[in-house]
This record gives sequence, C-alpha cells and structure tokens, in this order.
Amino acid sequence: MKRRKERLVVLTLLGVLAINYPVLSLASLERMVWGVPLLWFYLLAFWVVFVILIALTMRRGPLEKS
Amino acid sequence: MSWQWVVPLVSVLYLGLLFAVAYYADRRASMGRSLVNNPTIYTLSIAVYCTSWTYYGSVGRAAETGVGFLPIFLGPTLMAALWWFLLGKIIAISKANHITSIADFISSRYGKSPMLGRMVTLFVVIGIMPYIALQLKAVAVSLDVLVHRLDAGLAMKGPTAPWDDTALYVAMILALFSILFGTRHLDASERHEGMVTAIAFESIVKLGAFLLVGVFVTFGLFDGFGDLFARALADPQVRRLMTFDAMPGGYVSWFSMTLVAMMAVLFLPRQFQVLVVENVNPAHIRQAAWLFPLYLLAFNLFVLPIALAGRLIFAGQGMDPDTFVLTLPIHGDQVWLALLVYVGGLSAATSMVIVEAIAMSTMVSNDLILPLLLRFRAAFQEDLSGMILTIRRGIIIGLMLLGYLYFRLIGESHTLVSIGIISFAAVAQFAPAILIGIYWQGVSRRGAMGGLMAGFLVWSHTLLFASFAKSGWIAESVLTHGPWGISWLKPQALFGLTVFDPITHSVFWSLLANIGVLVLISLFDRQTAVEQIQALNFVNVFDKGARGGNEYLWSGFVSVADLKKLVSRFIGPVQAESDFANYLQHRLLKLDERTQAPAHLVAFAEKRLTGAIGSASARVMVSSVVKGEELDLHGVMRILDETSQVIEYSQRLELKSRQLEAATRQLQEANERLQELDRLKDEFISTVSHELRTPLTSIRAFSEILRDNEEMEPADRRRFTEIIIKEAERLTRLVNQILDLARIESGKMEWHVAQVDLVEIVRDAMDSTHQLFENKSVRLNYQAPDHPVLLQADRDKIMQVVINLLSNAVKFCAPETGVVEILGREGVDGVGVTVLDNGPGIPREDLEKVFEKFHQVHQARDETQGVPLGTGLGLTICQRIIDRHQGRIWVESELGRGAAFTFLLPRDLQIQ
Repeated sequence: MKRRKERLVVLTLLGVLAINYPVLSLASLERMVWGVPLLWFYLLAFWVVFVILIALTMRRGPLEKS
Repeated sequence: MSWQWVVPLVSVLYLGLLFAVAYYADRRASMGRSLVNNPTIYTLSIAVYCTSWTYYGSVGRAAETGVGFLPIFLGPTLMAALWWFLLGKIIAISKANHITSIADFISSRYGKSPMLGRMVTLFVVIGIMPYIALQLKAVAVSLDVLVHRLDAGLAMKGPTAPWDDTALYVAMILALFSILFGTRHLDASERHEGMVTAIAFESIVKLGAFLLVGVFVTFGLFDGFGDLFARALADPQVRRLMTFDAMPGGYVSWFSMTLVAMMAVLFLPRQFQVLVVENVNPAHIRQAAWLFPLYLLAFNLFVLPIALAGRLIFAGQGMDPDTFVLTLPIHGDQVWLALLVYVGGLSAATSMVIVEAIAMSTMVSNDLILPLLLRFRAAFQEDLSGMILTIRRGIIIGLMLLGYLYFRLIGESHTLVSIGIISFAAVAQFAPAILIGIYWQGVSRRGAMGGLMAGFLVWSHTLLFASFAKSGWIAESVLTHGPWGISWLKPQALFGLTVFDPITHSVFWSLLANIGVLVLISLFDRQTAVEQIQALNFVNVFDKGARGGNEYLWSGFVSVADLKKLVSRFIGPVQAESDFANYLQHRLLKLDERTQAPAHLVAFAEKRLTGAIGSASARVMVSSVVKGEELDLHGVMRILDETSQVIEYSQRLELKSRQLEAATRQLQEANERLQELDRLKDEFISTVSHELRTPLTSIRAFSEILRDNEEMEPADRRRFTEIIIKEAERLTRLVNQILDLARIESGKMEWHVAQVDLVEIVRDAMDSTHQLFENKSVRLNYQAPDHPVLLQADRDKIMQVVINLLSNAVKFCAPETGVVEILGREGVDGVGVTVLDNGPGIPREDLEKVFEKFHQVHQARDETQGVPLGTGLGLTICQRIIDRHQGRIWVESELGRGAAFTFLLPRDLQIQ
C-alpha cells in the first residue's frame, strides 16, 4: 500500500493526542455512559477504534496479495 | 485437604505441562513442521509483555489511581502502530547481522564495540533486577495468600529467614525451568521454538484465567457492570477513582509512563527476544500490529471492575490491593477458581522470568564473560559449546539470586507497579542509542556510550537509590536532604526540580542527559572505519546498493582450514563444514584448505560466530586467528565511500544518460520520418494534379477543336471524339486508382481473404484481357498446371494484379510480333505467377522505380497519339496488394529483351 508508513505515523500521532492532556481531560467527568464511567468508556472506545484503524491500515493492498 | 501441599504440587505440575508443550514444539520443529511460523503464535509470544505486574499489579494500581494503570498498556498500543516499519527495520538489521540480543544490537551498531556491549549488559542486569524481583514477589505472595487463605493479604509478615522464604524456592524453581527451556543445547541462531510455543500457551492461560475472575467478580459478586459502577459511585472513597483526579502526578505522569511503556515494549530484553530474535518471518508483524493491542485491551477490560469490587468489598480491612485478583474469588468461596487464578498468575510470572533469563544469559555470556575468557585463553582448542552452556546455566541461577536479593532488600515496602516502573525507566535508556542510531548514521560509538552512561547514572540516582532509600536500606536522609547533604542532588528533586512525580522526574532528567550527551558528542566526534561501515549497514539496511563493506574490514592472513576450525569450535564441526560448503557453493568458489582465506570468507566466518557468541566476542575470536592488521582507516573509508555510494550514483547517472540518448535518437528518427512523409505527400499531390491535368488538357483541346471547326471531315471528327473518350476513360481510371491507393495506404481497404485457386484466377484474368490481345494481335501463351493451386488470398485483388500485369505486357509489346507468356510458379517459398513479354524492356536504372507512384518509363507512349499509356499507379497498387498478402513482387529485365514481372505469395496467409 502506498504511504502506509506515513499513515501509521499520523495514526500514532493522533492516538497520542487523543489520550493525553487536554483532550483526555474532556472525558474526566463524573458522568456515566450506559452505566459505565465516561473516562473508562472513552479510553476503551479509543482502544477499540485504534486497533481497528491499525488493522485497516495493515490490510494487504491488491499488489501485496501473493 | 492441605493447601500447603496442593498449591506447590499444582505449580510443579503446571510447569511440567509447560515443559511438555515446549518439548512437543521442539519435536515438531526438528521434523520440519514448525509451530512458530505463524503470526498468531508470534503475537501470543509478544504477550509475554503481560507479567505478574499486569496480572496482580494493575488491579493494585487501579484500586489506588483509577485509570492510572492504563499507560503501561496504551503505550505499547500506540507503539504497535509503528511496528510495521520500526520493528521491521530492527528485525531486518538483526537478521542481516546475526544479532541475538539487545546488547549485541547496540554494540554491533557502534563498530562492534565490546565495551559498549559490556555496558549495555551490565545496565540490563541492574535495570531488570527489580523486574525479576517483582515476579518473585508476586508468585510468593500469591502462594502465601492461597495457602494461608485470606490472612496473608491482610497484614505484612515480619522478616523471615531466607530458608523459610517462599520467594527463594520460587526463584530456584524458576531458574531450574529457565535452564531446562533455554540452555538444553547451543543453537547458533539463539532461537528457541519450544520456549516460544510455551510462552504463547502461557499467554492464553493467563488471559483466560484473568477474564474468568473478571467475569466472576462482575457478574458473580455484582450484578454486572451497571450495578458495580453504580455502587462504586455511591461510595465517596471509591467515587474519585472514576475520574483523572485519582492519578498521582496527573497528566504529566500519565504521558511519561506512556512514553516509557512505548520504549519498554520494544527494548525490554525479553521483548527484544520474542519480537526480533525469535521472529521467523517479518510479515508476521502485519497481524501482530493489531492483534497484540487487542490482546492488551482484553486483558485490561476487567482491571478497573475488579479493583472497584475489591475496594467496595474489602473496604476498611487494609487488604493489599495487589492481591485482589486472588482474594476476591476466595471471598466468594470459589476456591477452585482461586487456584486457577493462581495458575494464571504463575504463568504470567514464569513466562516473563523464563524469556528474560534466557535473553539475559545470552547477553551476559556473550558480552561479559566470553570476551574476557577468550581474550585470556584464546588458544582453546577443544569444543567450547559445552562450556558456554555451563556458563549460561550459572548465569541464570546468578540472575535469579540477584532478583531475590533485590526482593529481600526492598520488595516488601513497594507495590508491584512501583517496582516494575523502575525497570521500564531503565530500559528506556536504550531507546536513543537504538532509535536514533538506526536513522542517523552520524551517531558515534563515544556518543552512544556517553549517552547511555549519563542516562544510567541519572536513572540509578533518581530511581534506584531512591528505592533503596525508601526501603531503609540506605539512609532516608538522602531523599530529604540529598547525598552528603548536597540539596541539589536530592534523588527526587534533582537541581531542585519538584514539579514532577518521581517517575516523570527520573524519565525527564535521564532521557535529557542521555539524548543530549549522545547528540552532542556525536556532532563533534570522528567515527572509525568499522563504525562508519556498521552505521551505513544499519541505517541503509533496506537499500541494497548502499550496504556492504564488511569484507573490507579484514586484510590479514588466515588459512581456510584455520578459519573453519575456529568456527567449528563454537557451532560444532558438522555444522561448520556444511556452512562453509554452502557459502562457497553459493559464491561458486573452490578453495583449497591451505589457501589463504579471502576477506569476504573471513567476514562470513565472523558473522557465523556472531550468531553463536555475539558480535564483540566474534570479533575478538576472528582477530585472534587472523594474522596481520585491520585495513587502515583511510583505505577503508575511501573504498567504502567510493564503492558503495559514488559508484552507485554514477551508475544511476550513466543509466539516465543512456536512456536520454536513446530517447533523443528515437525522436530524431521520428522527426526524419515525418519530414520524409511530408515531402512525399507534397510530391504526391503535385504529381496527381499534374497527371490529372494532362488528360484534361487534351480533352479540352480536342473539344475546342471540334467546337471551332464545324466543317471538319467526319473521319477527323470521329477520331477526335474517340481521343476525348479515351482520355476521359483514362481520367476515370486514374481517379479510381488514386482512390484505391489511398484506401490501401490508409488501411481502409476491405480484404476478403478466402481459399482461392490461383490457376482459376489467372484464367479469369486472361479471359477479361482477351480483347486487348486480340486488338493488338499479340499472342498469349499459358501452360496451366493440371491441378488447382490453392492459397489464402483476396480473389478480386489478386485478379486485379494479374490483369494489371497482363495489360502492361500488352501495352509494351509490338503489334503482330508481340508474345506474352504466363508461367505458374510453385515452390517451397510459396506460389506465384510470372508474366513475360518481348517488349522493349526496362532500363537498368528504372528497374527499382517502376513500382513507384506515377513512374512512367519514357518510351511507354502510344506512338500514334503520343499520350502516356498508363496511369503510373497500376504497379504501385499491385505492389501494395502483394505486400498486404505478405508476398513479394519484382521485375527482371534487360533493355531490348522484354521484361518479366513475378509475384510470389505464401500459401497460408496469416490474417492480420
């Protein structure tokens, strides 16, 4: 896949942004989302999305199938 | 039932099962059906990252800091996204250089420096000691908790004598199993398939057990997540764990722990072992990059719920949160679940200890002990592999004892996480030397050494000594007043910096010192030849053109036999013999045992040894048999720079200029062809208009004569009218032929190729030209073959050719005496027809031109009227038609002896 390296670097940088101050502080509230704490929910949701994005970026391109 | 016996028995049984798994995998590998060549097994083996720290410690930390346990797992998750190229590059470098440990990697990058290898190994031993202590503590505590039920978790026991201490026995049993797994035989590649399979198996066990206890706590002790969180929210003590306020050090600490974990997941010795050394196929990263973060996610799903449950259930009882995972099932009267949880924790601890011990024993033996041993006793002649194994076994036992010692010294007073993070910060010190070193060629050996040294000094001062001081092993006044009363040297407030928590404080100062010294020294340093070559090889590992230079490093004398003997002492004679044979065969070389080994063979031997005893030792060993000096610095520099870079660039330039030249030539040719075509077109138009004008002029002239002379003789009038009609006919013919030619040349002509009989065509053509011959009394001879001559062709077009040739022949024959002959031709090269006449013939200089457009042989004029006989296009059209049939047409003639036109056609036309 073209530019996979660049995509991965950008993905990581976005990840660092998403789970650090100040973005993270927005989720640090005593609020519940579907019965679970917002902060906990936010971090787990981030985790799931991040894993999915890695998997999508690592998918074999049409040229790599062999 | 006495748990005092059951629990140790279960432990030993579990370890036995583990060993069986490893044994089975080794058997499979030796049969060529490796289990390890599989991305899922690879990913599970990376999960050795999750140790007792994760298993027990995360819950302990979560119980005090809420989400504060997560950076240790979010860091690796972020890092996994970069694995594809970062880890990919490290693996490629390691495979190319036969690197088997992190110390080897760093020493190899910086000119195979034995000193640097020794330094890294020493730092690893010191840095990882707390981590091993953590595992011992976790196993010992979990054993105690299980055996004494709930009691041990409640209160700290007083100091016990070593022989009465569970941790010591745990340490010894783990050492025994590490020896069994890692040092059964000496493998040159340092790969342990059995161990990797066992680790992967353990990763499933620990995750399964942890998820089980999570489900039990959440759905057994509580009514699911909603109930658990609602009750936690109601408790004012537990409530604060839901937000970030419970995190000590706040966002800065969160960030620094994430950073440290990002480095640790790559550079912990055991991570390097499973990620790099045990990697079978770099393509496995593709799956590991997302599956490993997913594994971590699964592991962390129940950490916070278990911690909250523990805080709620054991509120006010002073229970150690590090034991919640175990004490909650016991509290719920699920003793068997507790036993399973204990096995899970045991698997988390054993997997870490086994891999760490193996990785470190390789390092210590290759980088610390062997170089010394070999330097002093280089004349060893016996097989050394047995001795190396013994050394490694000793090292493993020594390491476990060191871990135990650390545990005895400070273990009791620290939580699991605070011990583990000390090791993480130590390992982060390797990151600059490795990460900067594989992307910037300019990092020098002294730079890396200085950086490491500075980083480690700061680390040991700010974290290690601080932990000693905290546990009371050295005076606690060091923390409050600084060593020797120097206040700006206070371990947790260096230079008076107090805004950070201790970990961030240490990470900040140590990495600042590390990177700063590394970069500064490198900027003002000069690298030696070996350093430059290694830097080039590391940074450009994927660039085939820029690598190489290894073989220039040796210029001394050694015989092939001596070299082989040296290698066989470390990897065994059989292996050495076959390796050398393979190498020579690959290079198409035949060398006598006594001849001097070429430099590249020496380099190969060094690489082979590197796999077995590390790069620094390998260098010492090879230099012990090679007589003579290493190539001098300037020579190597010149060769290296010129060969690998300059030559490559000049080759590229040459290639480019060749391509440009070729393109220019093509353009010139195309231009010339265009100009030629343009000229031909102009000529054609002017000729056509000229040819059209001639008949038109004569038509007009005779018409005017007829108009102006009304009293003309009827005979003359009739003659003139006939001329007009003939000229008009010629005009029509001319226009038709021009149209035909244009159609053929533009490719718009329709061709109807079919099976035809050439004899029949010739007959038909003779019939239609019969009248011409009659009018001029010219005789026509034809000997037809008595069988049909079949070929693939367009019937009408071939007929047109034959008619044209016949009418030409008639035109040029004298009346009455003229004879035209038709001959059929059949041969291997095709079939064809020759038309012979006895006319005036064609001058030699015109032979080739008769097929050109509008070429008229000058004599060919109607004597009676002085007008041209033909249009000048007939033969051109004939040639085009024959060309289209892939045949050929030509003329043979001598002046005064007539002419012979022949065409030949292939029998099987390949239709285009």
